[in-house]
Amino acid sequence: MFNKKRNRFGETLVEWTLRLSGGTTTLVIVLISIFLFTEGWGLFKSSTVEKGYVLCVNRSNKIQNLTPKQVKEIFDGNITSWKQVGGDDIPIEPLRMDDIASQYTEEEIGANFEHLPQKLSEAIAAKPGALAFFPEQFININFLGRVLPAETITLKEYFGGKEWFPTATPAAQFGVLPLILGTLWVSIAAILIALPFGMAVAIYLAEIANNRVRKILKPLIELLAGIPSVVYGFFGLIVIVPLIRSIFHLPVGETALAGAIVLAIMALPTIITVAEDAMRTTPLAMKESSLALGATHWQTIYRVVIPYASSGIMAAIVLGIGRAIGETMAVLMVTGNAAVIPHTLTEPVRTIPATIAAELGESAMGSVQYQALFMLGAILFVLTLGISIWAEIIRKEPKVQ
Amino acid sequence: MQKNKFTGKRANQAIFFSLFRLMSYLVVGILFCIIGFIVIRGIGVINWEFLTSAPKDGMTKGGIFPAIIGTFYLVIGSMLVAFPIGVMSGIYMNEYATNKYVVRVIRVMTNNLGGIPSIVFGLFGMSLFVNKLHFGDSLLAGSFTLGLLALPLIIRVTEEALKAIPDTYRQGSLALGATKLTTIRRVILPAAFPNVMTGLILSIGRVSGETAPILFTAAAYFLPHLPTSVFDQVMALPYHLYVIATSGTDLEATRPMAYGTAIVLIAIVLIMNLLANIVRRRFSK
Repeated sequence: MFNKKRNRFGETLVEWTLRLSGGTTTLVIVLISIFLFTEGWGLFKSSTVEKGYVLCVNRSNKIQNLTPKQVKEIFDGNITSWKQVGGDDIPIEPLRMDDIASQYTEEEIGANFEHLPQKLSEAIAAKPGALAFFPEQFININFLGRVLPAETITLKEYFGGKEWFPTATPAAQFGVLPLILGTLWVSIAAILIALPFGMAVAIYLAEIANNRVRKILKPLIELLAGIPSVVYGFFGLIVIVPLIRSIFHLPVGETALAGAIVLAIMALPTIITVAEDAMRTTPLAMKESSLALGATHWQTIYRVVIPYASSGIMAAIVLGIGRAIGETMAVLMVTGNAAVIPHTLTEPVRTIPATIAAELGESAMGSVQYQALFMLGAILFVLTLGISIWAEIIRKEPKVQ
Repeated sequence: MQKNKFTGKRANQAIFFSLFRLMSYLVVGILFCIIGFIVIRGIGVINWEFLTSAPKDGMTKGGIFPAIIGTFYLVIGSMLVAFPIGVMSGIYMNEYATNKYVVRVIRVMTNNLGGIPSIVFGLFGMSLFVNKLHFGDSLLAGSFTLGLLALPLIIRVTEEALKAIPDTYRQGSLALGATKLTTIRRVILPAAFPNVMTGLILSIGRVSGETAPILFTAAAYFLPHLPTSVFDQVMALPYHLYVIATSGTDLEATRPMAYGTAIVLIAIVLIMNLLANIVRRRFSK
């Protein structure tokens, strides 16, 4: 009696342990989304100007605020008049701390920079067109300039911005548009390369090859899927990159095209397996009816098997894109990582995963760049999650009759 | 006329079929090219010293022993995390869960987790294990991150393995008076063992080649000592290949080392695939 009771207790305990394990994947997905968004969301609360620094103007200047893009353009020398940013028609004089400090002797500034705040203040007051950028600590009580209010990065600047310069001073640029476009550019090119091959192999394996050939080819293709992405990247770096450079006579071979080719090889197994599985589900009766009507095997394949398997084939394409979008190491090694909006396939590009991998190691924890990279991770997470769900829905769609 | 059309149809088929055959062989050919190219260029570096000594002279000489050991530890650690949870999760889905809706949610979530890019696991691992839980850049944080990555694969394989077991096994055992737990322990699990092992072996192959998840959670460029505790950083084969292939003062001099590391990585995957096939074949009789 007692023994039985203990057993039942054990059974319940085990059942609960199993139930908890069953919930792990769900829990992990929830945790991933919470962590990425909470770490990344801080970006939209942080100042666009480097931490601990301020931007100051002359008191006569009517300008209220500057966007990070404007600040960068001013310090790059592309915007030269206050009129261009909505102020009076006076030329802008960008001042970094070094510019001011170098005008005075060491004695004037003082051994511990104790006179520097005073000098900074005077320099700004003397120049009506000044825009100064220096550490916050050098502002004293009788500061003669006006500190521009700290602007926070907006969603629009993040998603619509065309420049990604996370370490630029005075104002870092966090526009993810080139990264998103770069990712899509490389992934879609990869699928376009992989698709004809993937479909050919899938048709061959599902319909044409005899059992013996199939038994050899299938494991080989699965093996292709098992090779680490860093090995593909290495192969791309030593073979494909030099090849592209010499074929297209480019200064560098690290291009979107190199990334697309490597990704195409990597996406092939996914496309082949999913498409072949879909084709195999075609009922024998349908194929036999087609053949009985006098159609050849090939006519049966493209008139019966492929239409019947079309939703599965679509799912294969979508899953292939999903894999390509998230691929990190191989792309990081062969695409050249230039954060510019791509126009041709023979230009270097930079993808979202490659950006995270390349920059996270160098960004300080909690810094604006760190937050911007986590936000990129969140974008990637949402993108790939959406693609997985999309593929799932396509697969479940009722088959064409 | 009729005959002509017939031959046209046939000719068409012949053209397409040979095209498909050609493309299929081409794809397999590419695979052989990749592996063959790396093996031919790098086989010269592989010797006992390469496998058992530490890198020297800025990665241009010596071997990759610490990276092999590091990857070995990471694989063990991640499997300690993923295997029990994955198998239990599979058992729950196939044997216990009665609510079809729950099973569907778990399955969809598992598939989705499998579709998340490895770099996102890296970010997550960094923010949860390295920073929140204060594991630091360590073997422990890397193992957990890689474990979560391998989880969907193990769950899927376990579920497949359990599904393949005929219901008569369960009914027979229950009819003899065994409880559900005993049935699972004595009947179901032994029968599913080979397939579950196959899944375990394949996920070892997968985990040993992953770079992105360990970039910020565990991997170190160079360590003078082997890791002595789970809170130490480790060197790892895929990360080692990445750094010596892309950065360094003398890329030409480190190339042979890179080829050698790539061969070892490919060999691990090949061996694991082979092993999985052997296990599958031996037990399926």
